[in-house]
Amino acid sequence: MTRTEEEPARPTEPLEPLNPRAVGTSPVRLDGPAKVTGTAPYAWEHALRDPVYVHPLQSAIARGRVLRMETGRAEAAEGVAAVLTPRNAPRLADSSDRALAVLQSDDVAFRGQFIGAVLAASPEAARHAASLVDVEYEVEPHDTRLSSDRPDLYRPEAINPADEADTEEGDVEAALAAAHAVVDETYSTPMEHNNPMEPHTCVAVWHGASDDGEPALTVYDSTQWPYGVRMTLAPLFALAPERVRVISPHVGGGFGSKGLPHAHHVLAVLAARTVPGRPAKLALTRQQMFCLTGHRTPTIQRVRLGADSGGRLTALSHEAVEQTATIKEFAEQTAAQSRMMYASPNRRTSHRLAALDVPVPSWMRAPGEAPGAFAAEVAMDELAHALGLDPVELRVRNDPETDPRDGRPWSDRRLVECLRTGARRFGWDARTEAGARREGDWLVGLGVAASTYPGFGGPGSVAEIERTSDGGHAVRIAAADLGTGTWTVLTQIAADALECPFDAVHLEIGDTALPTATVAGGSAGVTAWGSTIVAAAREFRAQHGEDPAPGARTRSGMPENPDLRRYSVASFGAQFAEARVHADTGEVRVPRMLGVFSAGRIINPRTARSQFIGGMIMGMSMALFEESVLDHGTGHVVNHDFAQYHIPTSADVLDIEATWLDGPDPHAGPLGSKGIGEIGIVGSPAAVVNAVYNATGIRVRDLPVTPDKLLRY
Amino acid sequence: MDSQLTLHVDGEPRSLTVDNRTTLLDALRDRLGVTSPKKGCDHGQCGSCTVLLGGRRVVSCLTFAVAHDGAEVTTAEGLAEADGRLHPLQQAFLDHDGFQCGYCTPGQICSAAGMLAEAEAGHPSSATADGDGPGGVPRPVPLDEEEIRERMSGNLCRCGAYGNIVDAIRAVAGR
Repeated sequence: MTRTEEEPARPTEPLEPLNPRAVGTSPVRLDGPAKVTGTAPYAWEHALRDPVYVHPLQSAIARGRVLRMETGRAEAAEGVAAVLTPRNAPRLADSSDRALAVLQSDDVAFRGQFIGAVLAASPEAARHAASLVDVEYEVEPHDTRLSSDRPDLYRPEAINPADEADTEEGDVEAALAAAHAVVDETYSTPMEHNNPMEPHTCVAVWHGASDDGEPALTVYDSTQWPYGVRMTLAPLFALAPERVRVISPHVGGGFGSKGLPHAHHVLAVLAARTVPGRPAKLALTRQQMFCLTGHRTPTIQRVRLGADSGGRLTALSHEAVEQTATIKEFAEQTAAQSRMMYASPNRRTSHRLAALDVPVPSWMRAPGEAPGAFAAEVAMDELAHALGLDPVELRVRNDPETDPRDGRPWSDRRLVECLRTGARRFGWDARTEAGARREGDWLVGLGVAASTYPGFGGPGSVAEIERTSDGGHAVRIAAADLGTGTWTVLTQIAADALECPFDAVHLEIGDTALPTATVAGGSAGVTAWGSTIVAAAREFRAQHGEDPAPGARTRSGMPENPDLRRYSVASFGAQFAEARVHADTGEVRVPRMLGVFSAGRIINPRTARSQFIGGMIMGMSMALFEESVLDHGTGHVVNHDFAQYHIPTSADVLDIEATWLDGPDPHAGPLGSKGIGEIGIVGSPAAVVNAVYNATGIRVRDLPVTPDKLLRY
Repeated sequence: MDSQLTLHVDGEPRSLTVDNRTTLLDALRDRLGVTSPKKGCDHGQCGSCTVLLGGRRVVSCLTFAVAHDGAEVTTAEGLAEADGRLHPLQQAFLDHDGFQCGYCTPGQICSAAGMLAEAEAGHPSSATADGDGPGGVPRPVPLDEEEIRERMSGNLCRCGAYGNIVDAIRAVAGR
């Protein structure tokens, strides 16, 4: 990792817990006034003079080679500055990452891949000229169809983020053969797309010879990780990392798809190099986002559960089949949570991939946990039904005392309390037998599922504190706010760490001119950045005292937390849903959802509630709506817009509430906080599907639950 | 082919020359530097680009600038007072945390402002019960949660702030 200055020391002793004063209160978002007026600058919106607009050219085949591109008419069109193709594009210094080796060869590895770009003086001119380019291909047969019986399925070396692909304990087959009750079912989830509201945007300025005569690059970006963009782009363009500045103060959603740089970053910089000094503006269209910004892999999951007559699991097997791309591997950790969620002496998990002619899958909110918990938590519902046991009670009986993976004690596992609290608040007692409750034309049911999300959050961040001339404190760290409340909650944390008023903190984030920060991903951002700020503030006070002169300054790295080795740290939750299914049309409505979470200390209840609920809504959406339809004839996602790729609207979202068991996790660092950004989407799809079963007696194992799956013809 | 026109944007006359293919949204964002309306889909499917055109809400990505010479365009930026005081809807969105990433928000707020005026004028929605106004529609249409949800369903929010958005609008509609 590279930094503008030498990495400062990291405290090696655990830090004393933070004394919360601003933390735990609910100030409104500091970025709020700019956002409700629309004046907060997103990537496209920085005022830059004399830009060129970049419109990509994309492959119309899914596999093969570009033989010829006829660009003459486009080049002659009014306003066009250049047309880039694989033949004339600047060469990258490093093309080893084939997903980022944009325009470096004629090869086509998936439909929609970049094969060129038009640069023009206006967006209209660029788009029109792009339509004038004729392309001739050498077409090779492509293969985009995932199935669990493909002979070419393979075991990846590791799964995201860095775990083993397979695990095996005890004898699953023998335990299943001897079990009192068995579930053996296959579940599937479709390809899905993150679809943040702000399309992925990169505005690049290549400074051919800046003040010192060396080239430099400025990128106005929409990213969850400014330093990640810098570290990725610098070697591709043979620049020292400090020659690349990435500016991203506001991010219009990401949900993982803006966590890592994509091909469009490279294309924007290639364009910028072609017109040095001029900003090259590239915003993907909504349609382009369906092949260029990552996706959630479709999954095929076989889950087998065995239990004794007391409802205790004796066998748990979770085998996942997923897709990846031919040019780069992404192995989603679909079955990983089945290694730790419930106690079972016999356990197997596995992941198998098919490398297909598709774009590279990537992170989408709770990769692994979200689709994995759908299968595992529906299977638990099926097991409860087979045993004649309440689904809440089944989960309580299988709550492990220690982490089944390695026997470490839990730092703070309160899943049972989440389940019991939620059942009481939701009115779980009113649940009937499946298919027994009808109100007019509507069949009504209740469902439950459990949630977990790992306590990620590694070192790598650095924070700087400086006394300012107004008596306040500048707090600098290249963190990101993608709707996560970062601007507000890091200010709260800094105020408490410095023991100063909330409004005496001047936070600066979203810029690689600031000290480095880890990714806003894995629900780890605020805990990692926040504990780094605590360390820097303590060091600042130790060095400079209570009232230093303006300019007093300190940097610190993220503190060590040795407890992470001794304890298993994760968030937990219980999700409840009511489903109403129309008896004649199969329409599903979800009038109520409740999530009860245990995620350590909640920094800002106002923004945390929003984030939990947002995750639950995305889970409901996963259950009922979302499906990217890949046409295997063309290799193309045919429903590539909001008219056809359905996400909830206001009319779909009724009474959704989130609450939490408050209190710091004593082993999660000085803040006692754990991640909240993703756990809301974990378990919520299963809760909805289980509620649909309770309403109708129909068990849907293939998402999404569209009306056709609920009609008895 | 280019055309000259004048748009009255947030109370200011702005003269510009546009390529006739330029949408109102791109004219605002790329020609005039008015970036309060956002581009989320460019196809009229998400509502992020909603502005008030002559007081009525429109998706500015689905109309050409050249068709609106002389029009009054109000963006979320223009709903706030010149001295920075927020419009009641904007303050309510802040108080109720009616957004997360903020990208759909200016469109939501313009849409809400237009929607309140439509209900006041007795425009029905599919959620409207019969009443004794013109055409059997109550006037003004009372705005309960169901009405607001229905009328705001042209504005997508991927962060899932819908519940808070409805609460914010109800707080203003009830005044």
